[in-house]
Order: sequence, then C-alpha cells, then structure tokens
Amino acid sequence: MHIMEGFLPPFWAAFWYLLSLPFIFLGIKKLENIIKQDQSKKLLLAMSGAFILVLSSLKLPSVTGSSSHPTGTGISAILFGFNVSSVLCTIVLIFQALLLAHGGITTLGADIFSMGIIGPAVATFSFNLLKKFKVNFLINVFIASFLADIFTYITTSLQLALAYPGSKLLDSFVLFFSIFALTQIPLAIAESLLVYVFFDFILKSKPTILKGLI
Amino acid sequence: MNNIYFFKWFAAIGLVVLIFSLAFFLNPSADFSGADDKGAKAIKKLNPDYKPWFSPIWEPPPETESMLFALQAAIGGIILGYFLGYLHFSKN
Repeated sequence: MHIMEGFLPPFWAAFWYLLSLPFIFLGIKKLENIIKQDQSKKLLLAMSGAFILVLSSLKLPSVTGSSSHPTGTGISAILFGFNVSSVLCTIVLIFQALLLAHGGITTLGADIFSMGIIGPAVATFSFNLLKKFKVNFLINVFIASFLADIFTYITTSLQLALAYPGSKLLDSFVLFFSIFALTQIPLAIAESLLVYVFFDFILKSKPTILKGLI
Repeated sequence: MNNIYFFKWFAAIGLVVLIFSLAFFLNPSADFSGADDKGAKAIKKLNPDYKPWFSPIWEPPPETESMLFALQAAIGGIILGYFLGYLHFSKN
C-alpha cells in the first residue's frame, strides 16, 4: 500500500496531506490524554506501535503470486481508538519512507490516510458496533483486524484510481483493486489469526487490561 | 501451560504458516514481486507519459535495505516479547 515516491501528482499529494493532518492532530491530543490519565498505558501503547512496526515490515507471499505486507493497525484501533493508530502509523511510515525508500515523503499523506486513518477507523467502528450486538470478543477482534488491513488496501486502490482514472474511473479502480486488495485477503486472514492469539493471551494472563472492551 | 490454550494457539499459528505455504503451492511459477511495484507498473501503463516528479532522498543499497527491514522487525519483536513476558509473569 506504500505508494512509491513521486507517483502521486502534486495535487493529490497535497490533498491527502491536508486530509490526514487534522486526524494526526486529534490523535496526538488523544495520546497526551491517555498518558496523563494513566501512566501504565505507556507499555500498552509501545506494544501497539511495535505490532505495527513488525507486521508492516513483513513482506509476505500471497496466493495471487505477488507479495505484500499486513498493517498491524487492528490492535491499537481496538485498544485505543483509531486516532491513536494514526499517530503510531505516521511514525512507522516516516521511518520507512526515509530509511527504506519504502513509500515516500510526497506520498506520505496518502499512505497515512489509508493505513493510519481509514483502515483503523473501520476497525474501531466495526469493533464497537459488534460489541453492542454482543458478538464474542475474540471473533470481534478477528473481524476488526481483518477489516483494518483490507480497507487500507481498498483505500490505496481508490487513491491511485482517483489520481490515474484512465478512460474510466471504475475500470482503473478495479485494476488497482486487483493488484492490492485481492493480494491482501490471505495476508489479512493471517494477520487476524495473530491478533486473535494475541488477545487470547491477554485474556488468559491479565484480562484486567481489557476492562471495558469485553 | 494449559493444554487447551496451547492447542488453540498452535492451530492458529499453524494456519498462518499454511496460508503462506499455500501461496507457493498454488502459484509455483510466480515471482512474488511486491504489490507496490506492480501498482507503479500499472500507473506507467495507464499513463505512459507520467514521470515521477520526486525521487527518494536516500535509497539504501539492497543489502542495507534487508538489514534495516530485519532491524525494524527485531525492534518491534523485542518490545512485543517484553510485553508478553510482562503479562505472563505478572500476578493478577
């Protein structure tokens, strides 16, 4: 989902930056509040960020014959809400753009918007909704994490289709969707299995961490 | 460790391994190039005249790149391991 450096025309590069900035700002405020209220959340925050760092560095093979990486944003979106994921993702994406030439500075706004905002936002929304319907917690985190991953790549497809509509926007979207989103399905399932094990481990070891979520 | 948990987690991790092994079985001749690169190729196909207007400020050599990727995963892995160890040994 990392759009290569220079591959978004200046208009769209600026557009996604402007759209992402307010979310990052809100996220920083939220982070400050969380730490002010409860110092013990720091470890949980570090862990959520670490999960993104690890999963987004794993380039994995998919049945479609190409490779891609999971996003790892589900955990932070579930534990803290999607605004916090936006900040954590921004840090990871800057590291990858500057040190790995993976993604870029001009495409950073678009990458933050897909991986740090839309994906996690869908996860937070879905998690809260299914919680209201009393869906089993572990099934709920599985679904939320899957959606965070897949919606990140759907957003990337849409961003590229908007920038390169060709003769028909829909055809262009289908093309990018087939490259990004289809490849992502098995990866998203695998990522969600890990998130499931992770939360099951917390439930077993220290369920008090999940107070208010179950 | 409780046997039921061990079995559940073992099955889940096993399934993860299976998903990625399946990719090679179902698609043995594929090159497994990055979807990001394929995206860039599709852009060039849609817009043959498009020239990227900005190039990376610094691009690591391939060996350094894989080292930095491994380092990234290692740093994250250490923090995750620390957290899971903390959970495992903390008393409720």
